[in-house]
Amino acid sequence: MSSFLEISRLHKTFPTPKGPLTVVKDFDLKIRKGEFIALIGHSGCGKSTVLSMIAGLSDVTLGGIILAGKEVTNAGPDRGVVFQSPCLLPWFTAFENVMLGVNQVYYTASKEERRQIAEYYLSVVGLADAMHKRPGELSQGMRQRCGIARAFALSPKMLLLDEPFGMLDNLTKMELQDVLLDLWQRDQKTALIVTHDVDEALYLADRVVMMTDGPEATVGEIFEVPFARPRDRRALLEDPAFYEAREHLLHFLNHRSHERPARPEGEPPAPKVKPPATGLRRFMGALAAA
Amino acid sequence: MNATLRNLLVNTACLAVGVLLSLGFWSMLSATVAKELPTPAATWEVAKPYIVEPFAKRGEQDQGILRLVGYSLGLVAKGYLIALIVGTPIGFLLGLSKGFARVFDPIVQVLRPVSPLAWLPLGMVLFLSTGRQALENGALFTIAICAMWPTVLNTAVGVRAIPQDYLNVGRVLKLSRMKMLFKIMVPATLPYMFTGFRLSLGIAWLVIVAAEMLTGRTGVGSFLWNEYNNANYGNIIFSILTIGVIGFILDRLMSVAESRFKTA
Repeated sequence: MSSFLEISRLHKTFPTPKGPLTVVKDFDLKIRKGEFIALIGHSGCGKSTVLSMIAGLSDVTLGGIILAGKEVTNAGPDRGVVFQSPCLLPWFTAFENVMLGVNQVYYTASKEERRQIAEYYLSVVGLADAMHKRPGELSQGMRQRCGIARAFALSPKMLLLDEPFGMLDNLTKMELQDVLLDLWQRDQKTALIVTHDVDEALYLADRVVMMTDGPEATVGEIFEVPFARPRDRRALLEDPAFYEAREHLLHFLNHRSHERPARPEGEPPAPKVKPPATGLRRFMGALAAA
Repeated sequence: MNATLRNLLVNTACLAVGVLLSLGFWSMLSATVAKELPTPAATWEVAKPYIVEPFAKRGEQDQGILRLVGYSLGLVAKGYLIALIVGTPIGFLLGLSKGFARVFDPIVQVLRPVSPLAWLPLGMVLFLSTGRQALENGALFTIAICAMWPTVLNTAVGVRAIPQDYLNVGRVLKLSRMKMLFKIMVPATLPYMFTGFRLSLGIAWLVIVAAEMLTGRTGVGSFLWNEYNNANYGNIIFSILTIGVIGFILDRLMSVAESRFKTA
């Protein structure tokens, strides 16, 4: 099966006072359409950097990311991002936050249709009764529900989740994992979740990608999750295979994450350069980038 | 007795003590050091016709106090509005564009501490060609330019403080420039802008007295100056109190508006 998202020899270098620091080096990954991938690694290893490069929010230093046949050069609504903090705009209600995206993507649809799309996703995540409240009146968990609804309502090619449940208590976390799996199965999306929670990775993903420690982090090992879908959390917790898998992942994180696998020599390709903006465009670009 | 009522009583009592102490100090001053300074009672006597008939119009300068305040507020409103309309976009540009800030920030910093008294002659020179309107336009210019700075600077700070997360949301959704500006940047900056607006209004009201004194335009400020020339010293004190009270009320009103927007 051909790959839907192809990341090849991805590098990310940040300038620091002590000279350039390569955070991610030679990161390769192929994701099939409809696959659910979890990216795990120690905190600070660069997993979020990889995600934000796929999202187009951070520039690629070297290497390339190809999504559905097109190189990623910028952010766009074809990739729905769920941020760690839900990042709702506090001056809009939950509904308006979702509508902001829906209006962008379904600009040809009628007002009524757009309203229905937003309401549908808000209901699916369990916010039917609270959709006209502002984020300030919602609990942390409800805000993240709204964040998930906003990402799915864009009908993106791909979902990118950056430690979406990291700030939630365990009970809410499990609820939202189920909400996420439910939506993912309904919409048949390709998804990538960054997490440091091994149980979460095993419960959600088809494959777990383990990253080595930074700097110069890369893919250490890819683990195929053997559990059939739909998954049942209780059954999973009674399955000895779950604990074996868990042990395997933890062993990697604890003992082997500092080993870098051997890589081919030679320079990876430089990413496509965006055309330099001029005049008014540059001024307006400053508006957006400021 | 419930707690809020008791609180109110305590506050009123404290206020009364403060007023009495100030009046006492004032009486003492006029009885000892400054013999020309009217006593509180004498001040009340001169000010009485202006307070009892607050909207009377007996002559060009001889008008009820609220009528005079009305003239001044009218001029302040116009100048303040100009300050906001000009200052907010400048603040946005300063906050958004590093280049713009590099070019104009030093100029802003130099012009900001200049006194209204210094701007006024320049304002009148600028509008000399408008003939009889020159005085009024000069005053407006002075109010606008002095009141503008807090709005400019607070807006710029607010724009720089927009959380990257909000901007990322806009980038992921590929919002148009206009939507980015009006759906994300302006609402995110609004609390800062309102702090600026509030400080600007305070300054606009501060400038009015200077502007009216020098241009002779009817209002509280010129009333104060005329009464000094007429040796009605009681009315100087009366004008000062009026200006203070009005300024206080304006500030309260703005802080109510500000807190509205903070919660939004």
